[in-house]
Amino acid sequence: MAEASYPDDLLYHAEHDWARIENDEAVLGITWYAQDALGEVVFFDPPAVGTALSQGEPYTEVESVKAVSDVVAPLSGEIVAVNEALADSPQAINEDPYGAGWLVRVRLSDTAESETLMDAVAYTATLGG
Amino acid sequence: MNAATTAPPAGSGLSETSLQREPAVTIFERGAPGRRAFQCPALDVPAVDPHELLPAHLRRSTPPALPEISEPEIVRHYVRLSKRNFDLDSGFYPLGSCTMKHNPRLHERVAALPGHARLHPLQDPARAQGALELMWNLERALSEISGLPHVSLQPSAGSHGELAGVLLTRAYHESRGETRHKVLTPDTSHGTNPATVTMAGFEVVALATNPDGGIDLDDLRTKADSDVACLMLTNPNTLGLFDPNIVEIAEIVHGVGATLYYDGANLNAIMGLSRPGDMGFDIVHFNLHKSFTQPHGGGGPGSGPIAVSERIAPYLPVPTVTRDEDGHFNLDHERSQSIGRLRGFQGNYGCFVRSYAYICSLGAEGLKDASETAVLNANYLLARLKNTTHPPVAEYLPLAYGKLCLHEFVLSGGPMKRELGLKTLDLAKRLLDHGFHPPTVYFPLLVDEALMVEPTETETRETLDAFADAIAAILSEAADDPEIARNAPYTTPVRRLDEVAAAKHPVIRQALS
Repeated sequence: MAEASYPDDLLYHAEHDWARIENDEAVLGITWYAQDALGEVVFFDPPAVGTALSQGEPYTEVESVKAVSDVVAPLSGEIVAVNEALADSPQAINEDPYGAGWLVRVRLSDTAESETLMDAVAYTATLGG
Repeated sequence: MNAATTAPPAGSGLSETSLQREPAVTIFERGAPGRRAFQCPALDVPAVDPHELLPAHLRRSTPPALPEISEPEIVRHYVRLSKRNFDLDSGFYPLGSCTMKHNPRLHERVAALPGHARLHPLQDPARAQGALELMWNLERALSEISGLPHVSLQPSAGSHGELAGVLLTRAYHESRGETRHKVLTPDTSHGTNPATVTMAGFEVVALATNPDGGIDLDDLRTKADSDVACLMLTNPNTLGLFDPNIVEIAEIVHGVGATLYYDGANLNAIMGLSRPGDMGFDIVHFNLHKSFTQPHGGGGPGSGPIAVSERIAPYLPVPTVTRDEDGHFNLDHERSQSIGRLRGFQGNYGCFVRSYAYICSLGAEGLKDASETAVLNANYLLARLKNTTHPPVAEYLPLAYGKLCLHEFVLSGGPMKRELGLKTLDLAKRLLDHGFHPPTVYFPLLVDEALMVEPTETETRETLDAFADAIAAILSEAADDPEIARNAPYTTPVRRLDEVAAAKHPVIRQALS
């Protein structure tokens, strides 16, 4: 995806993660800004299903040609599914960060936490420049 | 788009014929059966049947597949390979935090003396007194430069010196009956620091950077506790800034009983001017191959000696060089509290010879002069870039922190990326077409689109001017047509490499036909 985009139907965390809330579950990933800053992603090590996530804490790593970076959990919960396809095609994180590049699906432990996240307008404002 | 097949752009002054793009072949693909580069002299000892000497399972059934090749072919093969490399002997190599300084040819002459070059590492110390004396003298010189009393020359690289330092820290704490789990590293630290910490079995705790580019003291106070074994610090740090709070930092770290470790990668800024030992550091590693000159080809060899304070000395690796009352030198293998041996033999001796030659030829004043000139060169280049108004270089590539720098500086390519659509990587690749090795890119991570430049003291003003002009020319070119830099380089043996494939599917062994 060559052009920056921040879909309106997602919620955003300041550490450049997004969440798509679906009832008491959420799909998580990293934003266009994050994948652009990382550069080409070469490796994603998916955490195990059942892993507990705590809002604001790192839960996995993404490795790009530049660096290995922590991915921070935008919401707390327990992982119910991971994107297995990324093992073979981690570049989906660059090419389609909000679609095929999703990272994990979690069952939320506190749905009220979503109120602490930003909408697309507020998140875009934090990016500056 | 496959950049490798893209023709050079119109107006770039390049043609396909200027691309030295002949396919790479290995030495095994050259030559012909029966061709030779030498002849063995007639045997002057009794011939022995190898079947009588070697057991059957150790004997090969077919001859090894060795290249059969004439001497001119060998020479041309390796000279051609060497020309495909960009090295310090070919041009400017301003690699941040790597101090790519000129290796004086005098050092090669000294290192090639038979007494050095042909000395066997298992030689009886009684017959290697000169070599041991050189090591002893080098240890004393490094002790003086670092301000710490004891030195081990054993580690083979900076990262190896770091590992030695963290293992020494562990031994020190264990000797006091303490088990500590955490090591602090600033978020500007060299990547080897957290890697070393992990390798040595400690947990990495990152420290934040304050707006001036130094350690955030409040963050340090919060994180420094009795479970912290060590703080690993580079001073000046990777932003090229000397941390003025170093005395307070040392007090906080020592206050919780931890050690203070000095990453010597940036020692080139302070040789003869200030000493890590005087700042309160307990352990220092040197990069002889950076600060004290070595031939820089193919990434090696390196040498990463360590200097330590009295309280750390009992744990130094074995063997250590000793001198008795009569002035005889020896190797001491019997040190009961030592962390043990870090490598075979005594270290990269050839590096010791060159670095000792460097220290002797410059002397104390000369080392100080080298550091001052390194800092002057970096600030000259920084000012030259800042003062370039057509194009406005400082607007596209602002200095990330501070106003002046020490021996290196870090620019942010963030505005260049947003306004010209040029990433730091594109600028770096295009610099190759101007005949310069690119600076360090995308490090430190806290700087957006970082470009880290370290010119060193051995470059002339003309070279620095030419480099600044190249940066300006690339920015001007990108304002007209960013595609040129996006597809660079054009003049190198290979073009843009597929870094993703290289990381995911590395070809580390080439099958022979």
